[in-house]
Amino acid sequence: MTKTAQLFKKIRQDFYLAAILIFLYAPIATMIVLSFNSSKSRTRWGGFTISWYTQMFSSRNIMEALYNTLIIAFLSALAATLIGTAAAIGINRMRRIPQGIVMGITNIPMLNADIVTGISMMLAFIAFGISLGFQTILIAHITFNIPYVILSVMPKLKQTSRSTFEAAMDLGASPLQAFFRVIFPDILPGVLSGFLLAFTMSLDDFIITHFTRGAGINTLSTLIYSEVRRGIKPSMYALSTVIFITVLVLLLISNFAPKKQRRSS
Amino acid sequence: MKLNLFSLTIAAITAASVLLTGCGSSPSQSGSAGGSGSNQLYVYNWGEYIDEDVITQFEEETGIQVTYDLFETNEEMYPVIEKGAVSYDVVCPSDYMIQKMIENDMLAEIDFAQVPNISQIDPAYIEMSKAFDPENKYSVPYCWGTVGIIYNTSRLKQLGVEPLVSWANLWDDRLSGEILMQDSVRDAFMVALKKNGNSMNTSDEKELELAKQDLINQKPLVQAYVIDQVRDKMIGGEAAVGVIFSGELLYIQEEVKNLGLDYSLEYVLPAEGTNLWLDSWVIPKNAQNKVYAQKWIEFLCRPDIAKKNFEYITYPTPNKGAFDLLDDEVKNNRSVFPDIETLNKCEVYQYLGDETDTIYNNLWKEVKSN
Amino acid sequence: MNKKLLAGPYLIWMAGFIIIPLALIVYYGLTDPPGAFTLANVASISAPEHLKALFLSLGLSLISTVICLLLAYPLAMILRSRGVGDASFIVFIFILPMWMNFLLRTLAWQTLLEKNGVINGILSFLCLPSQSLINTPGAIILGMVYNFLPFMVLPIYNVLCKIDDNTINAARDLGANFHQTFFRIWLPLSVPGIISGVTMVFVPALTTFVISNLLGGSKILLIGNVIEQEFTKGSNWHLGSGLSLVLMVFILLSMALIARYDKNGEGSGF
Repeated sequence: MTKTAQLFKKIRQDFYLAAILIFLYAPIATMIVLSFNSSKSRTRWGGFTISWYTQMFSSRNIMEALYNTLIIAFLSALAATLIGTAAAIGINRMRRIPQGIVMGITNIPMLNADIVTGISMMLAFIAFGISLGFQTILIAHITFNIPYVILSVMPKLKQTSRSTFEAAMDLGASPLQAFFRVIFPDILPGVLSGFLLAFTMSLDDFIITHFTRGAGINTLSTLIYSEVRRGIKPSMYALSTVIFITVLVLLLISNFAPKKQRRSS
Repeated sequence: MKLNLFSLTIAAITAASVLLTGCGSSPSQSGSAGGSGSNQLYVYNWGEYIDEDVITQFEEETGIQVTYDLFETNEEMYPVIEKGAVSYDVVCPSDYMIQKMIENDMLAEIDFAQVPNISQIDPAYIEMSKAFDPENKYSVPYCWGTVGIIYNTSRLKQLGVEPLVSWANLWDDRLSGEILMQDSVRDAFMVALKKNGNSMNTSDEKELELAKQDLINQKPLVQAYVIDQVRDKMIGGEAAVGVIFSGELLYIQEEVKNLGLDYSLEYVLPAEGTNLWLDSWVIPKNAQNKVYAQKWIEFLCRPDIAKKNFEYITYPTPNKGAFDLLDDEVKNNRSVFPDIETLNKCEVYQYLGDETDTIYNNLWKEVKSN
Repeated sequence: MNKKLLAGPYLIWMAGFIIIPLALIVYYGLTDPPGAFTLANVASISAPEHLKALFLSLGLSLISTVICLLLAYPLAMILRSRGVGDASFIVFIFILPMWMNFLLRTLAWQTLLEKNGVINGILSFLCLPSQSLINTPGAIILGMVYNFLPFMVLPIYNVLCKIDDNTINAARDLGANFHQTFFRIWLPLSVPGIISGVTMVFVPALTTFVISNLLGGSKILLIGNVIEQEFTKGSNWHLGSGLSLVLMVFILLSMALIARYDKNGEGSGF
């Protein structure tokens, strides 16, 4: 390809990337702008203000919902990672047919409509006599997080070689030592990306939480939903801006931090 | 891969922020509702239906911790109370839903010796409550109001439509895409039934079929079926007309003034007659904290508290003591507090029984899916 | 140490919280309130209002899935060609919106699409006529594409990254033009990712109710709305479960597709 043709190709590509980026970020930019709008109206600019931010930090409902959301995401991701990693190792050692069945069932929460998962869990909790509340939300989140962890770890597991493991044992390591020194470092990227993914899915979930929550417990999603109908208070925009900036900062830090892990895995 | 560092950073920050927010606010870690330990009260109410300061004041004066939950429609509230998966101590349903709950034996009788402030409620509304609570044993009125049409004066001028006076006007072709209807089966059918001169409590199949057909015909003209968003959409100038509850008016008129808008929003009670509704506090049978529930109701019936609530919610209050404390300008606002002749033309919703309810629901589904 | 035991906790969890809840849905779906066996709930899908909702949902979600695919594939190819070093960062930029709350993102579109919203504001500033964008099927499709695009991009990107540059170069050396390279190399090798992406978009799009409520003005009844209403307002759990069972058919189809085309989980987006 000639130089100019390559240039045009790059421009076309950049244009496409930019267009998609604008599409993805237009609503977010809107929210950020609105969070500073002193008028509650969504379309008229009333003047710059940070009062929504102060209102947000002093609102009991919002802070509680934020706390719930974060802690549920963290705990459920952690539990899912532990259970899921162990499960992946165990499943990997199963014979073909049982493995196929178990992996098939594992796919169900991921593929199943959120609404069916949420409702079925609600029915199960009521049938078991577990009263709806914080613990049921946690259980539900762990349930739909585990498949993501398993599916993150499995590919890495399949890549590790059994012979390395056996070699370690031949050299005198106990099975446990061999595991932690040989297998675990190899699957660690999968485990961590599974954790991250579980955390993300839990953070963003609405429908399943909607059906499995009880009285007085709100995550950010359910709080927003109950406020949507009545007209969102701009303090919600402030909240989403704060979340966005936080994640963006984390992203930048992790990208431009000292390159400790150049070629990991 | 950088993914690892990112994950670890996320985990660390989350752990830190969880600890920080956990220490900052004191979250109600009460997982299961309905616990009767340590002064708890579980309240279930409509959205934006109380001044949050009132809740705080109640907590300070009585030392009772309030968990306050919201619902959007009566139909959504009922299964929650019925299934008992979550047990609330005090709930605020509407008239016909209270009737349904009484008939299904879901409510506990209120011990009025514990709620002496009931005397503050205007007897006219106690009388009105007999329509759904025949012996006045189960409910204490909280708010009441009418349903009417709100319209944008300058938008109508632009469209060349005269100010609306009847439900039939909502079928005007010139208002295509400018109409906001209520997303509630009873309220939507009420509009159509009243337009046809029928009772809003009818179970006559022919009348209902006609109403359903009218609603389907109207659908292309409807901008959206909404509930509380009608207020913000009208203020934002999104639509020319909407079906709205009388309680939203004071708020709307104030917002219009605050935003300095160049149009005004007017409210009218349609000529064919409309719905008069009453929302009252009731105590479910499976309430765990009945004593506190009664304290709550007693607290809300105090004239100063009712007045404070009214000033925030702006929905008409049945509390005579509070009414007397209001400004004359508000007292004489006929849209918010209509006079007796207008009220006599209004009808209160009745509970129609499960079978008729199912018919209504199925017809509403047909309207929505067309 | 028998490693299989490690899977024990998960198997118990799976039985309790995946299999039993599903069994309950099957139970509710196949019985009526008194408890007798009946196929009426499942058969009710043939009622006109339910059929309309189902077909509308199928239509909208198919369109959204196709649009997602058409948008995501070129995007994945471009991202892949930008080199491995920047890849992580760029990929994150595209996933970042997912970290904003799903409801708020959809609501923000309401702000953009409204009659007096931001887009119409810009249009009127440019002296162009204002469009009625919100409360239409188009708005719902937009909402679906916006929310589910990352789910389509990731699997395809992953699978494309695994294609060795040498394979492409070899094809070029043998005289293939872009057209041939694409249809004979890129496409067949990316099938697992495409299948994975399609399922991850189609099923949620088919069953959503939030997007149709927020962007459709409650005028458009999708099958997800019907089921949600039966559970929260209608209080008829049997009917709701019956309809959910019908939806499960689509899920089973997706699982079959994945089993056939993506046996090794290559297309997983992670």
